[in-house]
Amino acid sequence: MKKRKIGLALTALLASGTLLAACGSNDSKEESKGGDNKDAFSVAMVTDTGGIDDRSFNQSTWEGIQAYGKEAGLKKGDGGYDYLQSASDSDFTTNINNLVRRNFDLVFAVGFKLEDSVKEVAAQQKDAKIAIIDSVVPDLDNVASIMFKANEASYLAGVAAALESKTGKIGFLGGMESNIIGGFEAGFVAGAKAADPKVKVDVQYAGSFGDAAKGQTIAKRMYDSGADIVFHAAGGTGQGLFTEAIAQKKSGNDVWAIGVDRDQYDEGKVDDKTNIVMTSVLKRVDVAAQDMIKRSAAGDFPGGETVTYGLKDDGVGLADSHGAISEKTQKEIDKAQKDIVDGKIEVPEQPKK
Amino acid sequence: MSQRMVNILVPVVSVVLGLIVGAIVMLVSGFSPVAGYSALWNGIFGDSYNIGETIRTITPYVFSGLAVAFAFRTGMFNIGVEGQLMMGWLAAAYVGQAFEMPTGLHAVVAILAAAVAGGLWAFIPGLLKAKLQVHEVIVTIMMNYIALHTANAAISAISDGGEKTEKIHESASLASEWLASMTQFSRLHWGFVVAILAVIIMWILLEKTTLGYELKSVGFNKNASEYAGMNVSRNIILAMVISGMFAGVGGAMEALGTFGNMMKMTASTGIGFDGIAVALLGANQPFGVLLGAILFGSLKNGGLNMPNEAGIPTEIVSIVIALIIFFVASGYLIRLGLERMSKKNKDTQKIKEGK
Repeated sequence: MKKRKIGLALTALLASGTLLAACGSNDSKEESKGGDNKDAFSVAMVTDTGGIDDRSFNQSTWEGIQAYGKEAGLKKGDGGYDYLQSASDSDFTTNINNLVRRNFDLVFAVGFKLEDSVKEVAAQQKDAKIAIIDSVVPDLDNVASIMFKANEASYLAGVAAALESKTGKIGFLGGMESNIIGGFEAGFVAGAKAADPKVKVDVQYAGSFGDAAKGQTIAKRMYDSGADIVFHAAGGTGQGLFTEAIAQKKSGNDVWAIGVDRDQYDEGKVDDKTNIVMTSVLKRVDVAAQDMIKRSAAGDFPGGETVTYGLKDDGVGLADSHGAISEKTQKEIDKAQKDIVDGKIEVPEQPKK
Repeated sequence: MSQRMVNILVPVVSVVLGLIVGAIVMLVSGFSPVAGYSALWNGIFGDSYNIGETIRTITPYVFSGLAVAFAFRTGMFNIGVEGQLMMGWLAAAYVGQAFEMPTGLHAVVAILAAAVAGGLWAFIPGLLKAKLQVHEVIVTIMMNYIALHTANAAISAISDGGEKTEKIHESASLASEWLASMTQFSRLHWGFVVAILAVIIMWILLEKTTLGYELKSVGFNKNASEYAGMNVSRNIILAMVISGMFAGVGGAMEALGTFGNMMKMTASTGIGFDGIAVALLGANQPFGVLLGAILFGSLKNGGLNMPNEAGIPTEIVSIVIALIIFFVASGYLIRLGLERMSKKNKDTQKIKEGK
């Protein structure tokens, strides 16, 4: 009696399993019809734990991929373009593997955190083409590394801040100390000192990319000690800078903030006429992604190489200042930009220790 | 309806109910539940790769579940599994990369180091509870934050300011080429064997030893245990330390198996917190925890395939999976319903027979 019932339960389980499996196979057939153009170059990406709408480089990469997809007339899904989000660090490898197994021609891995996973999958799946953003993976023919010369755009921000400052004191708010954030700091300080050797730069790190409260505390200290323009390269921590700058502006202090990664003008709104975001240091991940897709589609996948996008390639730059930067300063910025592109100015990559 | 039949029916009915409500959520948000569930199924059992990854995902859940369950059984709330797991992860990653040892032995030493690290991390709340009556929930929660940032600082120190530690030596790795080749390069590693061993160890410890009896007894009633001549504060500390050791070994699975190193993290892994649910699902019984971890790990890994195959956003996937677990956990309600139903049937039968 007992055995029969367990047997019954098992049979039921098996039956439901087969049923589901059957549905599955039907479905995948339908889906594979989705891609109209079989020869199209298909692209997909894996986010880091920030998610697809992080208002930063994940979102930017996806915007670049979408722009390509529209241009090429592709659809979201197999054979077109797609993304997978990673909820935790252990999802990276699975997600990259999943996309490779779905035969996407090029898979973007967004962020240095995916480096180990990229190495692992690339070593196993020789036919896969993977591009990693913000990290260098050498010696693998099927991995291209994408880096940004954020120090060059930060240099321009330094020029702008030094020339626009009325107090002769400016600030840099970093997230966690690392080579990538070090680039922002080095460029910003170098640009400021070049534009005005007397300017004082207050450099502080929050130790986190997600601590807006701490960002606000540091920003308050900077503004209170006389700095009037603060540039942040601190991800979510930078939200605290904007909050503080808006509060200072409301209480009558003439302060500014400089955003990072994408145009953060929207974050700095005080009222309809006032905004405290002077400009933003842009990292054009979307431009880089589209460029990489085009190169790869044309059979020029730079495997094993590091492709660096700087001012010259429009891969980094300053956002529109909406009139916050005077024409005089803008001329200096344009001049510095030209000098960097021409190689007359060499921007340091890491801060002096 | 016999008791046994109810016992079998309850989990089946609760899973089916969870699936139905999950399906409604998918329908309402404009996705096909059939495609969604077949993607979930394929994500768990689809091919050998998926099966390998599913087992890999289950492994750390077994440990975090055992850690929480062990503490519960001994009357403690260990909310600090997350932190203990991280310290274990760190210790195993460090031992794995810093020392040279023969293959096999190295892995064992690294796992032991993780157990010690997790145990030490849990020793502090245990001591505070035993000697000063500080509530362990507050202490363990706070210790999670301390662990997160301590680990990040330690990773910086070990790797000269880098973002992650170096890869462990081959000799300490639980990964196996044979397992990987069997499962199309999944990250399946020998940790699952360690996990099963841990389940058996906990069962023997709790059910077959004097120590286990004492620990449980202190959990049931402190005063009575003291009256019976047991050393209550020693047992409280020991209970936390053993719980922390399970958590620490769970961290070793990530260090020696899945990742082969440890990277800086901005937030907790979540494995420790999910361990609370795993333990409760498993009714704090070692083998129950194993089943709970299998359910949790399977859904977690299968869920990854839902956006991949069926295009369902991760947010919806999280809701659906949470619903399934919710219904499994509320099995008591279903049991109640089933018993009522069978009672009614019996009553009507009796009336019919009376005619």
